[in-house]
Amino acid sequence: MAQAMTHHEHGHAHDHDHGHEHHEQLKVLGFWIFVVTDCVLFGTLFATYAVLMHNYAGGPTAKELFELPGIIASTFILLTSSFTSGLAVLAMHKRNVKQMIGWLIVTALLGLAFVVLEVNEFAHLVGEGATISTSAFLSAFYVLVGTHGLHVTLGLFWMVALMIQLKRRGITPVTKRKVTNLSLYWHFLDVVWIFLFTVVYLMGVM
Amino acid sequence: MWENIKSFASTFFVTGDPLIYGADVSIVLTMFAIVFVLTKYQKWGWLWREWLTTVDHKKIGIMYLIASLLMLFRGGVDALLMRLQLAFPNIEFLHSDHYNAIFTTHGTIMILFMAMPMMFALFNIVVPLQLGARDVAYPFLNALSFWLFMAGAMLFNISFVIGGSPDTGWLAYPPLSGIEFSPGPGQNFYIWGIQISGIGSLATGINFLVTILKMRAPGMKLMKMPLFSWSVLSSCVMIIFAFPILTVTLALLFIDRFLGAHFFTMAGGGNPMMYLNLIWMWGHPEVYIVVVPAFGIFSEIVATFSKKVIFGYKSMVIALMTIAVASFFTWAHHFFTMGTDASVIAFFAISTMVIAIPTGVKVFNWLFTMFRGRISFQQPMLWTIAFIPCFLVGGATGVMLAVAPADYQYHNSYFLIAHFHQVLIGGVVFGYLAGIYYWWPKMFGFKLDERLGKWGFWLWNIGFYVCFMPQYALGFMGMTRRYYTYGWDMGWAPLNLVSTVGAFLMGAGFIFQVWQIAYSIKHGERDKTGDPWNGRTLEWSIPSPAPMYNFAIEPRVKEADDWWRIKQEKANGTYQEEKIELEPIHMPKNSGIPIIMSGFWFIAGFGFTFEWVWMAVIGLIGVAACMWARSFDYDTDYYIPVDEIKRTEASLGRGV
Amino acid sequence: MSHHDNHVHSENHGSLKSYVIGFVLSIVLTIIPLVLVMNNVMSGGPLVITIMVMAVLQLFVQLFFFMHIREGEKPRYNVQALILGAVIVFTIVAGSMWIMTFNI
Repeated sequence: MAQAMTHHEHGHAHDHDHGHEHHEQLKVLGFWIFVVTDCVLFGTLFATYAVLMHNYAGGPTAKELFELPGIIASTFILLTSSFTSGLAVLAMHKRNVKQMIGWLIVTALLGLAFVVLEVNEFAHLVGEGATISTSAFLSAFYVLVGTHGLHVTLGLFWMVALMIQLKRRGITPVTKRKVTNLSLYWHFLDVVWIFLFTVVYLMGVM
Repeated sequence: MWENIKSFASTFFVTGDPLIYGADVSIVLTMFAIVFVLTKYQKWGWLWREWLTTVDHKKIGIMYLIASLLMLFRGGVDALLMRLQLAFPNIEFLHSDHYNAIFTTHGTIMILFMAMPMMFALFNIVVPLQLGARDVAYPFLNALSFWLFMAGAMLFNISFVIGGSPDTGWLAYPPLSGIEFSPGPGQNFYIWGIQISGIGSLATGINFLVTILKMRAPGMKLMKMPLFSWSVLSSCVMIIFAFPILTVTLALLFIDRFLGAHFFTMAGGGNPMMYLNLIWMWGHPEVYIVVVPAFGIFSEIVATFSKKVIFGYKSMVIALMTIAVASFFTWAHHFFTMGTDASVIAFFAISTMVIAIPTGVKVFNWLFTMFRGRISFQQPMLWTIAFIPCFLVGGATGVMLAVAPADYQYHNSYFLIAHFHQVLIGGVVFGYLAGIYYWWPKMFGFKLDERLGKWGFWLWNIGFYVCFMPQYALGFMGMTRRYYTYGWDMGWAPLNLVSTVGAFLMGAGFIFQVWQIAYSIKHGERDKTGDPWNGRTLEWSIPSPAPMYNFAIEPRVKEADDWWRIKQEKANGTYQEEKIELEPIHMPKNSGIPIIMSGFWFIAGFGFTFEWVWMAVIGLIGVAACMWARSFDYDTDYYIPVDEIKRTEASLGRGV
Repeated sequence: MSHHDNHVHSENHGSLKSYVIGFVLSIVLTIIPLVLVMNNVMSGGPLVITIMVMAVLQLFVQLFFFMHIREGEKPRYNVQALILGAVIVFTIVAGSMWIMTFNI
């Protein structure tokens, strides 16, 4: 590992000529590492779900509870929003603020639709009497899926804050870095959802 | 109305114990004294501008150091109370409930609120200076990490006088820590205190990882980086992967308690052993997180005080990084007695023994560095030399514990207690103390007094063996941990008394060290050169204490021990100074957001602890508002003009 | 600002084409497991393995086409962190399942 790390060292890492630019790139790397730590966070939740997923304790099973049509809709909505957030980044590199904000709005609306669908699903399940304290399976389900939903919700607030900043300041090294990080976060949430969709829902109804 | 208030207060405040009333009084008096002094000398503004809002890594390091020494005191008092209770059979100095609370807070404070901040103190003070950098990668985040740690530590500590302390052991195993067996706020204090400071630790891990990877001075390739920085890199790698696991584990425990979920409950399909599985996935790397920087410190000190290049630099680096990765593959040895398949036990027993190999490599490297060196026995070196045999025995008993069949005998006995205190005191505490003595002149500009320090050193060392050697024997004699008392018929009385004497010797050692600091502030030898130990690495090339921008001119590094190279070249006349013009230095601006945001975290944590949702919501809204404010703040940095740099350097006796 | 502009042109941030390819591949990789599960084409172990492989493939699609993991300045510390993170996540999940199968 040590060998691999030294491999491409150029020694210009701390060159102050870059000034701001360099600092913004540092923040992108830091955010990447944060995303990796978030992967570990979700990994721990997945591990918990995997261990407890069959402990129904006499309560409803996954097969009885899950209704795939709504979940399939959520999946494609989030997938599309991941794509549109990428289009926003493309617009940013073309320095087209208007188009960029436009794609961010589309992304945010899709994200909002995803959250609404999820809240709806949870309300429906609770209405059927499947609450977080029904069984270990449901505890693990709500916390795993809910943590992802919380991440999406926080991302929405972040997106709104960035749209305001873009409107005020246009595309600067700072706003660019922020949007880069946001889109990275958004793709990451989509990836987490793919595994949620596969492990929780698809395997649940099998 | 009055009755309501009275009944609220009687559950809100911890009552009925004279020790706690004493603590109440001393807390109130201390707070009055602090407010009085600050007001009288009109120091509020100074405190706010220079310390509470600072983003300077050196000042943040000093604040970490002060906080960790206070926590060492609190954890140490806990330890002495426990040893007093166990000094003789059948004494009623502490009741069982109180004893349970004390061993819980002792463990939690010593690992999470003493060792961690002391480690972060050294990260902050040393790493940027060693790398030739002007700050860490994210100075604002660094300040936030510190204040989150403070908020968490304060939340945990007030449980002593408000609401009741946690009392289910330092890792709070369910089902005991579940709502059924531990109702009330005590356990919630534990969860939220650690949770809030844990966010700060994770941020520090990311911060120093990026600092080390991207902020090194030009020419300092990774394989030319000082070993302490390497050890910090190793520690940070473990932090970023281990702390998210802790966050999840504690969150799940809280959700069990707060929302009635069934992760770790006995009923509803939950599985308490899953908690052990998860907490040790963090817990095992955690002990390596705190000990690895100590290895780095010893590597620096051994080289400096033997006046030799460290032996086997490459193998040291490989060992550090191997430990970082391998530490994630040993966790199940903490619960061999769970009863599981032989394949699981075999895997984790072997992986545990394997991780002893890189550690052994490091010990040999230190010994070979000292071999034929001109060793000077100053304080940092004394602690290093004391560390080696102590850690060796601790490591050997660790390998004994790794032998799974034998572990069924040792498990949760005083043998285990003696083992982990030997690696944690002998490794971590000795290491950090060595580091503090070593870098103290760099922090404050004077050395700590040798004579008083030697008293402290010998009291600590003799006290350590007197305290813990008997505990190995007590373990074999069948004494298990967390007993609050025992009978005469057990035959444990003499060894327990000896152990208590040892604990008080260590306590006396600590008092000598406090005296030493107080004495040295006035009488300590001033460090005029910035290089009091004839050091080898870049931090010794600048004045003590370092100016706020650290390096007026960015160093250009050629070798691992670059400052040693420069000194050698200057001595034999081959040194060629590059003429580099001063440039304005880019610096981050101070910010009040970290402390305010942490204050809101404290409010949120307090609300969750008492399950007052309104208060938790207020706290979280405050946190969100602070993040929003920070996001919209674009005025975050400034430049120090060249004139000012010249003036500062001249006042420090350095012409540029 | 001019300095900054130069910097931008030297980098490659993917094109519309790569985003569209990624999007289409993701959709395909979502539909395949869905069809497999809904139509009971396979069952048990092979089905679980197949849909997990699809999920991992989609992870790579997103990494390469959306997150542009191949770009960025060298050394690619982000990729190193990601690989190590993947190893740790695998350890957490597989290790927990392995250890806890004997405790139910």
